[in-house]
Amino acid sequence: MKHAIVNFEGERYNAIEQNGQLLLVDGALGQINRLVDFEAVQWLPPLAPTPRPRTILALGLNYADHAKELEFKAPEEPLVFIKGEASLIGHRALTYRPPDVKYMHYECELGVVIGKTAKKVKRDDAYDFVQGYTVANDYAIRDYLENWYRPNLRVKNRDTCTPLGPWLVDAADIANPMHLSLQTTVNGKVTQSGNTRDMIFDVPFLIEYFSSFMTLQPGDLILTGTPDGVVDCQPGDVIVTEIEDVGSLINTITNTKI
Amino acid sequence: MSADQNFTPKGTVYGTLLNFKAELAAMQPQMNQPPYKAPPQAPVLYVKPANTWSANGASIAVPTRVPEVEIGATIAMVIADKKVRFVLMNDLSIPHSSYFRPPVKFKCLDGFLGIGSQTVETNQPQNFKLEVRVNGKLVQSLDFSQLVRPAAQLFADVSGFMTLHEGDVLMLGCDCLSNGKRPVAKVGDVITISAPSHPALGTLSNTLVAEAV
Repeated sequence: MKHAIVNFEGERYNAIEQNGQLLLVDGALGQINRLVDFEAVQWLPPLAPTPRPRTILALGLNYADHAKELEFKAPEEPLVFIKGEASLIGHRALTYRPPDVKYMHYECELGVVIGKTAKKVKRDDAYDFVQGYTVANDYAIRDYLENWYRPNLRVKNRDTCTPLGPWLVDAADIANPMHLSLQTTVNGKVTQSGNTRDMIFDVPFLIEYFSSFMTLQPGDLILTGTPDGVVDCQPGDVIVTEIEDVGSLINTITNTKI
Repeated sequence: MSADQNFTPKGTVYGTLLNFKAELAAMQPQMNQPPYKAPPQAPVLYVKPANTWSANGASIAVPTRVPEVEIGATIAMVIADKKVRFVLMNDLSIPHSSYFRPPVKFKCLDGFLGIGSQTVETNQPQNFKLEVRVNGKLVQSLDFSQLVRPAAQLFADVSGFMTLHEGDVLMLGCDCLSNGKRPVAKVGDVITISAPSHPALGTLSNTLVAEAV
């Protein structure tokens, strides 16, 4: 099943995909069961609220080809940084590009949503702790890169710069998350393509690694890195980051501060 | 204004590296060398996620592979629409000498952020002075008039590239000792942070214990 969270006529709803439409299931006003078109709603990140701020772990250089593209040798352990939840936005939203920057690029990434408390999980059990998968576009503005806790938050933790969605797809519906094609288009032209099988550190490894020193909670999110093929995005560009069986996440760049 | 009790963060907790003048000076000789190649321009930030949060009085488990941890006594701003408040924090780390890569595996262990239970309001955060004790012995004094970016400027510079929302928390920085190192503690030690300048902050006390295997 594909889950979404949307605003419709001023109310927030949990929804599921049904035959190319959204079935609004429940919201602040209780059960509703109403079918609406995709275009009729505002899409939010497909993540249920958590009692404490969710942890968002994001990988850098986790595809061998991308590491090569960026002139780094493949890391020997995961290169990870943490983002604040406020950087997330939904499907079909706008992402702000400051006027002075020269190089802002998308990063199409498989997002893994944790489903139950994970502490010292073994690789072989790791998938038991996954609720589902989503698509992330983890934008970076390379102009702001500095070699202090790199990639630094000015590059990676900006408002509107982490679109997520449209769906949270149940883990049971993804037969092999380590064999999914990824693709990004800019204004309809394919600029990035890869496959999750080329991750340096795969999903079970990452869950074992992180949970060895930090307890992951339901709703925590792991963004697993991006393959080769990042390009500059200009205001007006429509960026579609797509992962096989998980979804197509549409985003538009704007030069108007949001 | 009376202090509220049992504070716990509602939003994301951000830490700030190299925001004490002495800490910055200690790094100066390396700043133009690889891997850094240049001094930092923007505030150097990191996140202390919810799994790291420890209340005042809580025991903090240290893995057996970690012989000692660095103490990061600091004051943190609690962002609010009207009046920001301030709280004690103890940002623990596994010692690490390189600041090139994000410090997740050094700073984000379960329980590795002690959080004071009381907050205070002030217009003059430069007047905060902290004392750090390990098993009752004074090991460090911090003077928040010695920040590279004072609280208001740090807030402004961070807000210049990301919105700090109500409930988010921004630590002002963790100083080093006169030798350029940071104070350390080990399993069995009690770390206590207090603010002689602002007794209403109470004390933040945590005991390091061996992680259950």
